[in-house]
Amino acid sequence: MAHPEVVVVGAGVIGAACAEALTARGISVLVLDRGAPAAGTTAAGEGNVLVSDKEPGPELVLAQASRRRWPTLLAELRDELGPDAAEVEWDPKGGLVVATSPAAAQPLAGFAKAQRGAGVDARQITADEATEREAHLTKKIAAAVHYPEDAQLQPVLATATLLAAVRKRGGEVRGNTEALGVDRTVPGAVKALRTKHGSIPCGAVINACGPWSGAFSRAAGAPIDIQPRRGVVLVTAPLPPNTVRHKVYDADYVGAVASGDADLQTSTVVESTQAGTVLIGSSRQRVGFDDSLRVEVLRELARKAVNLFPFLADVQIMRSYGGFRPYAPDHLPVIGEDHRLSGLWHATGHEGAGIGLAAATGQLLAELFTDQAPHVDPAPFRVDRQP
Amino acid sequence: MHTTDIVVVGGGPAGVAAAKAAVANGASVTLIDSAPLLGGQYGRQSIDSAYVGIPGAQHLANTVVWAIEPGKRLHLRSGPLDAPGRAAAVLDAKILILATGAYDRAIPFPGWDLPGVYTAGAAQALAKSQRLAVGKRVLVAGTGPFLLPVAESLVDVGSQVLGVLEANSPTRWLRGAFAGRSKLPELTRYAAMLAKNRIPYRPMRTIIAAHGTERVTSATTAKLDRDWNIVPGSEQRVEVDAVCVGFGFVPQLDLAVAAGCRVRDGFVEVDHAQQTSVTGVFAAGEITGIGGADLAAAEGEIAGTVAAGGQVHSRRSVHKGRTFARALAKAHPVRPGWRTWLTPDTIICRCESVGYGALRRAVEQRQPADLRTLKLVSRVGLGRCQGRMCGRAVAELTGIPEAVRRPIAAPVRLGELAEEDPA
Ligand SMILES: Cc1cc2nc3c(=O)[nH]c(=O)nc-3n(C[C@H](O)[C@H](O)[C@H](O)COP(=O)(O)OP(=O)(O)OC[C@H]3O[C@@H](n4cnc5c(N)ncnc54)[C@H](O)[C@@H]3O)c2cc1C
Ligand SMILES: Cc1cc2nc3c(=O)[nH]c(=O)nc-3n(C[C@H](O)[C@H](O)[C@H](O)COP(=O)(O)OP(=O)(O)OC[C@H]3O[C@@H](n4cnc5c(N)ncnc54)[C@H](O)[C@@H]3O)c2cc1C
Repeated sequence: MAHPEVVVVGAGVIGAACAEALTARGISVLVLDRGAPAAGTTAAGEGNVLVSDKEPGPELVLAQASRRRWPTLLAELRDELGPDAAEVEWDPKGGLVVATSPAAAQPLAGFAKAQRGAGVDARQITADEATEREAHLTKKIAAAVHYPEDAQLQPVLATATLLAAVRKRGGEVRGNTEALGVDRTVPGAVKALRTKHGSIPCGAVINACGPWSGAFSRAAGAPIDIQPRRGVVLVTAPLPPNTVRHKVYDADYVGAVASGDADLQTSTVVESTQAGTVLIGSSRQRVGFDDSLRVEVLRELARKAVNLFPFLADVQIMRSYGGFRPYAPDHLPVIGEDHRLSGLWHATGHEGAGIGLAAATGQLLAELFTDQAPHVDPAPFRVDRQP
Repeated sequence: MHTTDIVVVGGGPAGVAAAKAAVANGASVTLIDSAPLLGGQYGRQSIDSAYVGIPGAQHLANTVVWAIEPGKRLHLRSGPLDAPGRAAAVLDAKILILATGAYDRAIPFPGWDLPGVYTAGAAQALAKSQRLAVGKRVLVAGTGPFLLPVAESLVDVGSQVLGVLEANSPTRWLRGAFAGRSKLPELTRYAAMLAKNRIPYRPMRTIIAAHGTERVTSATTAKLDRDWNIVPGSEQRVEVDAVCVGFGFVPQLDLAVAAGCRVRDGFVEVDHAQQTSVTGVFAAGEITGIGGADLAAAEGEIAGTVAAGGQVHSRRSVHKGRTFARALAKAHPVRPGWRTWLTPDTIICRCESVGYGALRRAVEQRQPADLRTLKLVSRVGLGRCQGRMCGRAVAELTGIPEAVRRPIAAPVRLGELAEEDPA
């Protein structure tokens, strides 16, 4: 490649989605990662593409746009790359949110009503209907809402597919290359990306460094505030197919998502993968980048999972894994050009929803970059909203 | 929860020697082992085991350490995994000695997933502890001196051993390591055992395929060149009802990694006093290098002595043992040619049924560059054994290094986790 127009720093799902959308518009792109592509937070995500957990507001709007975009994007990539290379285990299986105590029933109903007002398909169903959908569910059902739009994909396959499209269009993906900062022109625009292996001249740099985006933005001289929030998932031994059919959440999920407390929060999401294992996620805790195992976290996840599905008590856990969700203090992604350094763009801060939000994020960034009319209002995600 | 001076995990030769030495130096010692009897992977199996108990130490048998938290906090479960009501305990160790040993290495070949194909260690354990023969007509293949005791125990329980196939050439080994050493009588004994039972010992030959529908009914053996490529035309078909394969050992590193110990060249790094990179954590035995029971015990003794604040008087047996171990490793490498035995439908990851062809396709199409993404694009190592069985093979096939990280070192049930004491 001669000099790329754009260097995307970070080959997680967000960097890959940006690179895909840019190359689709004919822009030449180099994607760099200091480690292996798709091996950061993206490899730790569960792959939920959700609308159910979001209250009305800008993040829900982005989530709805992304939920619409994913199947279309995947169909386009299937045509371009062939079915094998574009297989991402997309499964629009729907979500089921269950309140297991009378106290949680009212807030859930109110939440769903507000979502319906914002165009979410949120169907209040009876306990019997919930049991019909999920035979092994607890009998303590105080309220239940069915979200047919909730879907899932496999994040690493999805990222690999996006990157395959980038390569096919002449873009390059390079691992083991750490970005150290940017070189500026005299008037103060990006002219090159500095890496461990020398400078790469380019017209623009996109900061898609996930939870490490804050560090890279500081190195580039245009700091944004992005912090890590640890999350842990439990994985069971394989179970017979269809033991759990939807994504099933405890209604307390919503509270944890919207809060920034440092203390441990867990909210149960139980779902099975195509291989038959059941994933139980996830916790939220601010512990910096400390990734040591905490039994207390596992215990909370297990307690709530067994509360939703009593049969799980006898099921074995094979492993746990986790990562660091990139979050901004106001819990909204940061998408757009930096107001202090022309040519530096950010696409980060997607917290616990980056997989789901990736499709619309890539599209929005590419629209802004090429001066196309944006398909969602970009204002809430502006970089300069941060103090 | 309770606190004890020294906690030893693993009741093999290394752990037992460590516990004994620590007791002798006045420490209060708890030894935890997942098996009912002491002795480890080999010692406990013999009925006349030398490992009967350690006076002065508390032995928690049938107890697994399933997690280590920062600060050397161990989480235990006692009782058989599949029975309800395993007792839970949390133990804070002042000093931790890890001696979790190693398990057999198998390498994939067509048919290795058929019933009737055993690892050498499994066949040995069945023969020694339950006097069960894995088959009537059995072939033993692989590399390393451990194939000989396996053949011997099979003979003991009435199997007809059709041959011991050593994939490497043992001549150098014989001269380099055994000659003139204390191991010579052992070797003479095995030679006599082979001769008496008319068991052919065939170097540079191995099993390249197992055949059968329900279970193994025959095997193809072939002559190998130095790199373990098949010598064309040397194939022979042998009728068998079981085969035992062993290609060395893989250290059980989960707890050491969870405790934060540095791993180098696949083993826990230790200094001359068996101390790991983490203060207060020692390691001994096969997690620090494969070298047989005597070396494991010698290392354990040093670890237990130093951990209890005692004086080490001689490191001679460790030196001797390591020299022997180096020669052993050098003479019995796994050579790259094994990869040519595979066919596209040879299963690589048995838990997730991933074949060689599917693995290669995933690598070519998705271009994973590290283990985490490799697993997620191909499904290898995601199943029940978490890559313990196929990890090495996958690393050699893909060039992506194996990285051991299993913070949950042994399965636990969700119900157990849910009631886990927050301590
Ligand atoms: C336990 C858990 C469960 C989750 N579940 C879901 C879910 O179900 N649905 C959902 O939508 N989201 C989920 N998420 C969130 C989701 O995983 C993240 O929002 C998303 O992966 C973020 O992607 P990213 O590309 O921004 O970051 P990353 O995937 O972390 O990518 C950033 C990349 O940048 C690279 N990098 C960093 N610094 C540099 C540098 N200086 N130079 C070069 N490269 C650099 C890193 O190596 C990394 O590969 C979950 C997260 C966790 C932790
Ligand atoms: C078939 C066979 C034949 C052999 N023949 C000989 C021979 O003739 N001569 C010779 O010198 N050597 C022989 N060996 C090798 C010998 O067995 C080893 O060198 C020796 O056992 C290593 O000792 P160790 O203490 O390091 O580990 P091990 O003996 O493997 O002991 C480790 C112990 O730790 C326990 N453990 C592991 N993880 C956990 C956990 N998380 N919680 C609780 N407990 C745990 C295991 O259950 C095990 O009991 C043979 C091995 C095999 C398999």
